[in-house]
Amino acid sequence: MPDNRNLSYAEAISEGLKEAMAHDDSVFIMGQGISDPSSYWGTTAGIIDQFGVDRVMEMPVAENGMVGIAVGAAMSGQRPVICLHRVEFSLLAIEQIVNNAAKAHYVSNGVHRSPLVIRMVVGRGWGQGPEHAQSLESVFSHFPGLKVIMPTFPDDAKGMLIAAIQDDNPVIMIENRWLHYVNGNVDEGLYLKPLDGPRVIAEGTDVTLVATSYMTLEAMRAADYLREIGCSVEVVDLRVIRPLNLEPVFESVRKTGHLVTIDSGWVTYGVGSEIVASVAENCFSSLKAPPLRLGPPDHPTPSSRGLIADYYPNDVKIIKAVERLLQLDGEKVRGLLDAAIERNKQLPIDVADPFFKGPF
Amino acid sequence: MLETSLSEQAEMLREMLRIRLVEEAIVDRYGENEMRCPVHLSIGQEGVAVGVSAALRREDKVFSTHRAHAHYLAKGGSLKKMLAEIYGKAEGCVGGRGGSMHLMDPDEGFVAGIPIVSSGIPLAVGSALADKRTRKDNVTVTFFGDASVEEGVFHESMNFAALHKLPVLFVCEQNLYSVYTPLRERQPDRPLSDLARGHAMNILSGNGNDVEEVYALSTEAVEKARNGDGPSFLLFDTYRWREHCGPNYDNHLGYRSEQEFQEWRALCPVENYRNKLLASKCLQPGQEETWAAEIDAEISEAFEFARSAPLPDIESASLFTYA
Ligand SMILES: Cc1ncc(C[n+]2csc(CCOP(=O)(O)OP(=O)(O)O)c2C)c(N)n1
Ligand SMILES: [Mg+2]
Repeated sequence: MPDNRNLSYAEAISEGLKEAMAHDDSVFIMGQGISDPSSYWGTTAGIIDQFGVDRVMEMPVAENGMVGIAVGAAMSGQRPVICLHRVEFSLLAIEQIVNNAAKAHYVSNGVHRSPLVIRMVVGRGWGQGPEHAQSLESVFSHFPGLKVIMPTFPDDAKGMLIAAIQDDNPVIMIENRWLHYVNGNVDEGLYLKPLDGPRVIAEGTDVTLVATSYMTLEAMRAADYLREIGCSVEVVDLRVIRPLNLEPVFESVRKTGHLVTIDSGWVTYGVGSEIVASVAENCFSSLKAPPLRLGPPDHPTPSSRGLIADYYPNDVKIIKAVERLLQLDGEKVRGLLDAAIERNKQLPIDVADPFFKGPF
Repeated sequence: MLETSLSEQAEMLREMLRIRLVEEAIVDRYGENEMRCPVHLSIGQEGVAVGVSAALRREDKVFSTHRAHAHYLAKGGSLKKMLAEIYGKAEGCVGGRGGSMHLMDPDEGFVAGIPIVSSGIPLAVGSALADKRTRKDNVTVTFFGDASVEEGVFHESMNFAALHKLPVLFVCEQNLYSVYTPLRERQPDRPLSDLARGHAMNILSGNGNDVEEVYALSTEAVEKARNGDGPSFLLFDTYRWREHCGPNYDNHLGYRSEQEFQEWRALCPVENYRNKLLASKCLQPGQEETWAAEIDAEISEAFEFARSAPLPDIESASLFTYA
């Protein structure tokens, strides 16, 4: 039996769903067009054939009601997984998520549980515009009682999804749709990747980059560039946004003394802000310079490629941030930047970068 | 039924033809990858947009959805600015900020296309509330699809509109599908109009592919609304010809049958109305060709405008975050 196979992130999710369903009869899926030919970018492909309509339920366009129904079913021992094509559609259901799902256990003095998973997709690219491309992880991460996960790599996508389904708490899983095309080695069968916190995915001694989801790939690429000029970059993939375990980040910052956070959501009140605040509280004396937070500018996400050209953080912006933070030799950095800028110029701004297809 | 004058008939046919040709021109050019945003085309559904708009005044207001091209154009929205918006250009109706899913031309009464399902419905009710409070005799229309009625806010909005007898028309375009999912997989078998009955609405239903019928029913509802006799729910059966989002046909995917499509194709709102007007001698032979030539010229000019317009200045991206 091959112990690792190259799968796309989307395939890994579909495998994770199937394994979790086969393992436990109480798991069922709901989504709009759950059995349709587009199969949520392939992430639900083949599931209806295997499990039938009783466990793969079509969901009316009624997010608030349906999430509430899932919470009620979860309180009665079921393990529903709701799939939403966009993060934004969950906003209709925020009441159920925040008031019922997140608090069922607490307010019942530990009697009730609401083990449901809500998958939501960040619709970056192709002119999606202000209401179909938002990264709203910090919204959900505000609430005690919710778990929020953002896997970056296929093996995590599968293993963390299974762990989320088996978790006794409500878990929000946020997927950047550009990650669906990323490839990597994924183990066969049922396995769990614990929802325990960040992973150091590249070791270094000069600066710590902490990123989530698609931004982790940008951070890795920036780290690769910087390594060429002898700058040693540690990259931390945050993975679990709530509950937030920042021990590995503190450890890294104690080593490097420099911190850059990279969000795909807005900086103000964002994930990076939380990290910087915690680092300041916990390892202030290790910091050799004030940390930097990267994220999109403080305005909604426009549709036009003209307006979006400079919107998202990328390798170039990360390199520049590190240059500023470490006061690197501008001459040396220029070469890297020129290469990165030149490369990015060859690519359209609004479709997934093929470089990130992996395999990772 | 209301008599439709000759000039009104001609106007409606011409407008349906115009919308059809615009959408087909988008189809022809979408593959160039210069229109870099999702497009939800209205081909097959022109009858509803045109029939309803024909019953409105310029000051009357319209809210729409992700599928807004026909509603926008029928209400008088600028074609050039619509195409420029789809091309992501500075001259677009919202300066490239929104794309096809966020069309707006408030000067013509097309207040907004809102792409979150049902999200525009309460806005239309609010617009009607504002008009009532300021004693204007405008009417507001909210267009939406058959999936919208599944959202809670649809019911909340109807309840309030009926309670306060607000001058608003709830226009449901029942095209049998939400993306790939047929109605029967999303709702129990019951007339959609029963939903409005539960909210004590005035209910009118008809053939959405018959523009005269749409016009007659809309006129009745508009008069009621203007006279302070409250809102109406209008249910129109129609059919989207092409894929939910994008320029192609997709019957081969199997979520609906080629036969079903062909049956609706035969009920083409434009073709059937043309034939009807020709048969009754209300349309002179050759007239349509003349229109088509005029419209083609208008479309070419508008595409030229949209293509050659500059992309918006990146410096402007942060403008208007706050008023
Ligand atoms: C709240 C919300 N949920 C889901 C979607 C995704 N979505 C976009 S269009 C659409 C189908 C809507 O169907 P219908 O209202 O019948 O309009 P049609 O597309 O048929 O014109 C869906 C589900 C959305 N935009 N907003
Ligand atoms: Mg529909």
